[in-house]
Amino acid sequence: MAYSATTLDQTNSTIAPPDSPARQAWRILKQDRLASAGLIILAVLILIAIAGKWLTDTQTGFDPATVRLVDKLRPPMASISDLVPTEERPALGFYLLGTDDLGRDVFSRMLQGSVVSLTIGFVAVGIATVLGIFFGALAGYYGDKRLGFISVDNLIMRFTDVMLCFPTFFLILTAVALLPPSIYNIMAIIGLTSWMGTARFVRAEFLSLREQDFVEAARALGLPAWRVLFIHMLPNAMAPVLVSATIGVASAILTESALSFLGFGVQPPDATWGNILSDGKSYIFDAPWLFFFPGFAIVIVVLAFNLLGEGLREALNPKLRSR
Amino acid sequence: MRAFLIRNFLQRLLLLFFVSVIAHAMVHIAPGEPSEVDPANPRMKPEDIAKIRAAFHLDEPLHLQYVYWMRDLFTGELKSFKDSQPVLPKIAGRFVNSLPIFICATLIVWTLAFPTGIHAAVRRGSFYDRGSTFVAYSLISIPGFFLAYLVILWVVQQFGIPVIGMRTFGASEAQPWLRFMDRIWHLVIPSLMSALVGIAVLSRYVRSQMVDVLQQEYVRTARAKGLDNDTVIYRHALRNALLPFITMFGLMLPALIGGSVIFEQIFAWPGIGRLGYEAILARDFPLVLTINFIAAVLTLAGTFLSDVMYAMADPRIRLS
Repeated sequence: MAYSATTLDQTNSTIAPPDSPARQAWRILKQDRLASAGLIILAVLILIAIAGKWLTDTQTGFDPATVRLVDKLRPPMASISDLVPTEERPALGFYLLGTDDLGRDVFSRMLQGSVVSLTIGFVAVGIATVLGIFFGALAGYYGDKRLGFISVDNLIMRFTDVMLCFPTFFLILTAVALLPPSIYNIMAIIGLTSWMGTARFVRAEFLSLREQDFVEAARALGLPAWRVLFIHMLPNAMAPVLVSATIGVASAILTESALSFLGFGVQPPDATWGNILSDGKSYIFDAPWLFFFPGFAIVIVVLAFNLLGEGLREALNPKLRSR
Repeated sequence: MRAFLIRNFLQRLLLLFFVSVIAHAMVHIAPGEPSEVDPANPRMKPEDIAKIRAAFHLDEPLHLQYVYWMRDLFTGELKSFKDSQPVLPKIAGRFVNSLPIFICATLIVWTLAFPTGIHAAVRRGSFYDRGSTFVAYSLISIPGFFLAYLVILWVVQQFGIPVIGMRTFGASEAQPWLRFMDRIWHLVIPSLMSALVGIAVLSRYVRSQMVDVLQQEYVRTARAKGLDNDTVIYRHALRNALLPFITMFGLMLPALIGGSVIFEQIFAWPGIGRLGYEAILARDFPLVLTINFIAAVLTLAGTFLSDVMYAMADPRIRLS
């Protein structure tokens, strides 16, 4: 197909410049219906999270912590009891997603939860990605340098192996249980225990990039090492990092909900989808909306991240380019 | 070959040492000690706490505590902080309980993932392929306990399959075969639930392997010879596609501990994951550390096994 396109161009004697790799990837991604759906869902979700952050922080009608004991466990779309004072009424005029066992508006809590859950996902993956790139780049680029009896590459990769020996979920559980429960600790622990995969393939990419001419040229220009590493080499190694980061956000959100289920998640009053879900499990017969709304919200969002990640993997795969 | 095995084994022993040092340091440096589990208790005087700390060697320097832990672990003297029971028999008992779920789940995963993945690869782009892709991603994306609760609701109402614990309470008087069937029924849902994610992941992996192999020249040659489709797929293509999965047998070993916490908690299954969870809650350091240590041993043994098996199965790989 690419071949016929160039011959066509040559007959018109106007040689179009080839698409940039990013453009090609974007084209392949757009053709993938599942991945596009994931992308759209995530775009909508991020808008909701930003709006939710503003609404729950500033508008009293969307305060997720307002307790209205007269209106506890009301089903979705239920109207507000007359006993609720006007300043505590939700802004919508009814409970869109019902209320929980303390009469808190589930819709507001879900809005707040979308911010917290996404933040946990992005920050944890951010930490993991930065660490992974840092260790992987050092090991790949300075692999031959020796520190005493052991080479840099050996040192870093053996440390990676050590980290891989821990059963991940058990390790996270141990760390979260021993440290004081806070949202920052959870983000940090998930991040610190999931950088190993990134480090491994960044190293592999850097090992092959190191030998290439453009890196040699950059070095010959006398650029400082950090510029060669992070400005010249890193963009060429970003494809697998991007894919694993996308899928990493999905698994971080799942890990947070699993921790919430075991009682080690984000503590109240902060709401995440994970802890709304795990609180809701006790009301599965009396108030199923407390269980199903956060549950399906998590499924949809995690699915969107996973599908987008897989779509990116296909789109960034050089074998499939220029088709 | 033997030199490779010995060197590989020694490397892994060294890794294990570092893993145990890091785990030990992490657990002990983190805030919170067994002596502080009940800080509100007015009867706990400072001298009592000091006595507890001395009894558990918690007042000694960290490296000495590590030596004590290792010495007690290998002489079998290691005792739980919580109830002073020896740690190893405790873990062994729970391990035996976890084993049936692990074996059943593994069997389910391997018997279902291969047909699903191969079928999807052979009919690439078909409705079945896209459907199974979507279902696989959905299974990966559902929080395990959410799905488990949905399944419990449905299964208990529809079929009356028992879902809690390892056996029906009070059934110990029944006939042996009834007790046996009772055990089997209790196994069904937990092992199915632990298998679901595995099926999804493995069938995707089988599919991509199969797709790669089916595009190779020798498969085309086999077709050009006029072989029928089944022979090409199952005798020629599948054999090469199977190669990476030999390694996965080894890599699945550590799931025995790490993967079971949530499901054992949901189904009240007295297995090793739940033991670990309870130990973490009670700050029972010897138990937590030993379970971590065993998990690391399993991981290392698993990767070692998979390296060796891969080298034995694939003549293109030389051990050097």
